[in-house]
Amino acid sequence: MSDLLIVGGTVLDERGRRRADVRIADGRIVEVGENLDTTGAETQTLVAAGCIVAPGLVDLHTHLREPGREEAETIETGSRAAALGGYTAVVAMPNTEPAIDSAAVVQQVLDLGAKALVDVHVAGAITINREGKQLAPFAEMAELGVRLFTDDGSGVQDTRLMRRALEYAKALNVTLAQHCEDAALAAGGHMHEGEWSSRLGIPGQPAEAEELMVMRDIALCRLTGAPVHFLHLSTAGSVELVRQAKAKGLPITAEAAPHHITLTHERVQTFDPVFKVNPPLRTESDVAAVIEGLRDGTIDAIATDHAPHAPELKEEPFDQAPPGMLGLETALSLTIAKLGLELAVATLTHRPARIAQIDDEHGGPIAEGRPANLCVIDTEQTWTVDPLALASRSRNTPYAGMQLTGKVRHTILRGEPVVIDFEAQR
Amino acid sequence: MTGMKHLLGIQDLGRDGIEEVMRITDSFVEVSSRQIPKVPTLRGKTVVSLFYEDSTRTRLSFETAAKRLSADTMSFSVSTSSVKKGESLKDTVETIEAMGIDAIVVRHSSSGAPHRIAQWTEASVINAGDGWHEHPTQALLDSYTLLNKLGTLDGRRIAIVGDIKHSRVARSDVHAFTALGADVTLVAPPTLLPPSLDGWPVDVSHDLDEVIPKVDAIYLLRMQKERMTEALLPSLREYTSLYGLTQRRARHLQDHAIVMHPGPMNRGVEIAAEVADAPNAVITQQVANGVAVRMAVLFLLLGSGVGLSE
Amino acid sequence: MAERERILTPAHAGVFVARSQVMDAGDMKRAVTRIAHEIVERNHGLDGVVLIGLQTGGVPLAERIGSELERIEASAATVPVGSLDVAFYRDDIGLRPVLPEAVTDIPFDITGTTVVLVDDVLFTGRTIRAALNALNDYGRPKAVQLAVMIDRGHRELPIRPDYVGKNLPTKRTELVDVTADGVSIGEVVNQT
Repeated sequence: MSDLLIVGGTVLDERGRRRADVRIADGRIVEVGENLDTTGAETQTLVAAGCIVAPGLVDLHTHLREPGREEAETIETGSRAAALGGYTAVVAMPNTEPAIDSAAVVQQVLDLGAKALVDVHVAGAITINREGKQLAPFAEMAELGVRLFTDDGSGVQDTRLMRRALEYAKALNVTLAQHCEDAALAAGGHMHEGEWSSRLGIPGQPAEAEELMVMRDIALCRLTGAPVHFLHLSTAGSVELVRQAKAKGLPITAEAAPHHITLTHERVQTFDPVFKVNPPLRTESDVAAVIEGLRDGTIDAIATDHAPHAPELKEEPFDQAPPGMLGLETALSLTIAKLGLELAVATLTHRPARIAQIDDEHGGPIAEGRPANLCVIDTEQTWTVDPLALASRSRNTPYAGMQLTGKVRHTILRGEPVVIDFEAQR
Repeated sequence: MTGMKHLLGIQDLGRDGIEEVMRITDSFVEVSSRQIPKVPTLRGKTVVSLFYEDSTRTRLSFETAAKRLSADTMSFSVSTSSVKKGESLKDTVETIEAMGIDAIVVRHSSSGAPHRIAQWTEASVINAGDGWHEHPTQALLDSYTLLNKLGTLDGRRIAIVGDIKHSRVARSDVHAFTALGADVTLVAPPTLLPPSLDGWPVDVSHDLDEVIPKVDAIYLLRMQKERMTEALLPSLREYTSLYGLTQRRARHLQDHAIVMHPGPMNRGVEIAAEVADAPNAVITQQVANGVAVRMAVLFLLLGSGVGLSE
Repeated sequence: MAERERILTPAHAGVFVARSQVMDAGDMKRAVTRIAHEIVERNHGLDGVVLIGLQTGGVPLAERIGSELERIEASAATVPVGSLDVAFYRDDIGLRPVLPEAVTDIPFDITGTTVVLVDDVLFTGRTIRAALNALNDYGRPKAVQLAVMIDRGHRELPIRPDYVGKNLPTKRTELVDVTADGVSIGEVVNQT
């Protein structure tokens, strides 16, 4: 591979902000500084004038749908969407068909991901087939590099089983992540239970359906001492519970999705299932609380919960359509708009990289010797979200037609430029 | 067309829109009273009913209305299996549309289904009941019946009693009656009220006996037996003793007060049989007015060239 | 007024501006009297005669003719008067906005009667044709006759009046306005 030179940008990582060019060779950063020599015989130059050079983004929560739901997305198309969104690493969720609940399926996904445009890491299921009844073989999956386990799509309902899972996980240095949803309380709810669900006549699930399980897992964390990561927190109550738990020093981390800091339940009034998601869109005060939680560190990371669905499924009536929204290509722009550039970079790069335990490779800092996993962001570029123009195989973005500011110009994966001038290279 | 081309919900019609429908309904009441209750207005138009939920009465009411306007009708219903199970709603609608149609009257168990359908067709879409959300023509015929009996709804007090939470009739009636100036009180146990009444221009009471002497009209909703299994009510008997319009309770109604029900009635549950047959119960008139109201809606959407006003 | 509104009024609102008056209130009164006498003469009395005014312009005229008939044939029973809105029978449904102006009120059986349709202005004849279609749905009259205050020509259908207040040749683009105080010709000025 030839040398790669990123010229004219402003580097931004956890160490701060500075004008600098970046030279890359053999997949690693070899030089960071101003006015680097551009005259190498085999140097490929990427223009970064007016742009931010940041670590490649890390998504803790992506649904790549392969194996089993390839009509919605494949590892290839999902990784292309991720790369265009500035990501260099994603953690693939295990609610595939079959579920990722054994070493064999982990290996299958890793093999499929080997040629992807981002580093595909795998989250394993906590229980066999995510049924919530029997523990899945953590150790054999951990052997293949799995560091996060979750039954995402569902929460683990059985409290005793969850306790055992946490105790077992402790020894393996892996983290269990929870999709907090008390099934009995949430039952039959297709949106947030409140003012809009009452008006529209759609069965809802109350905020308490999420908060009850947050409460329970904080208690189990205290009981077992094992770390717990909360997926897609969406309510003010959940944020406050995690804030108090962290204040007591418990090993808790949390993520929030871009849609929970930008959209509220009143969008459902068109009955368009593109606004159907789990956990559902909540109230304005919930959105404000989640943003505040990101600002004060209660919530560590932004994770997209990118959930593609075949277009026909999202055209069914609201209660029959599956929940989920796309997120990989819009996350960065939305997060910068709500949190500002510095906090956006923190919540999208080094913090999720640490939670995923891939911070040796991803998330920065941008320094000599580090693997060259970077993205170059044109913070001024405006673009309109066109569902048909997205790299994802599916179209279910709730931001269709919206104009966003900020777009990834280049993405570099282990020294290879996979996105150049806003276009995927393969 | 200057107005709306669909009737998806009463909330889209303001007071003006509702009053316009009321005015046109008068003309169709006259037409329906003739020996030949038919006008040629919608000749050549096709009105399709697409019913995913069983409802012979509402479907027949719409079909009668369409036929009295000389429109052609087609009927697809899940009960006669002409709606293919497993075929997506969108595919069904596109198949029907390919036959060349002017209006689709749809009843579906999913709130918002007519709104989705309106995205996929050039025809006018009329909501005949979607999930728990709205049943606009029911509210229109209820309003017409009330106006007939009470003259005006301004300042009138109307109680709606029963399973409000799951009732599209209740939601539409609240929109319509309050738009026409009435004060509406919802009477139900807490488990049968929507989780949030923020923004609803209504009063709430759990005490039917306290409300009865004050109202000009009482509207009873059907109590479905399925609600027992969902832990919403301990028993039908308890419901009737607290919220049923028994003979004893009906005696406390004001002389001019009228009793209404969307049908079909569970006699002995939400309404005593004798009360349903008393002179101040207008349930059969509601049904009769239903055809004329639906003729007015079809006429405004397909024949008048002006659509429905907001 | 109704005829011109139906045929020529553009979609946008306009205001009728009179250019010249062709009948005053006195002329109209004399015309009503003459028409009433002609009805009695033509039908050899008023047995089985009913009046039906077309909404809206024909309704007050039908009532005036009814009163006049009562005055001149005091011995006869009162002539029944009804009103008919032909909106639902118009042949331009779907081509332009159409709404009924009032509820039809024919509180008697027309079968076997002589129906005298009454309208203020006869123009293309399409309104009368719609009225004939409507009458069919109420019964089978023995005969239908037509009384109009103004016949302004430009017939598009084979319809002719039996009783006419005044024959008034007009240009197609002109408009005729009939009120209780008189008849004038003018035009609608568009308000932009």
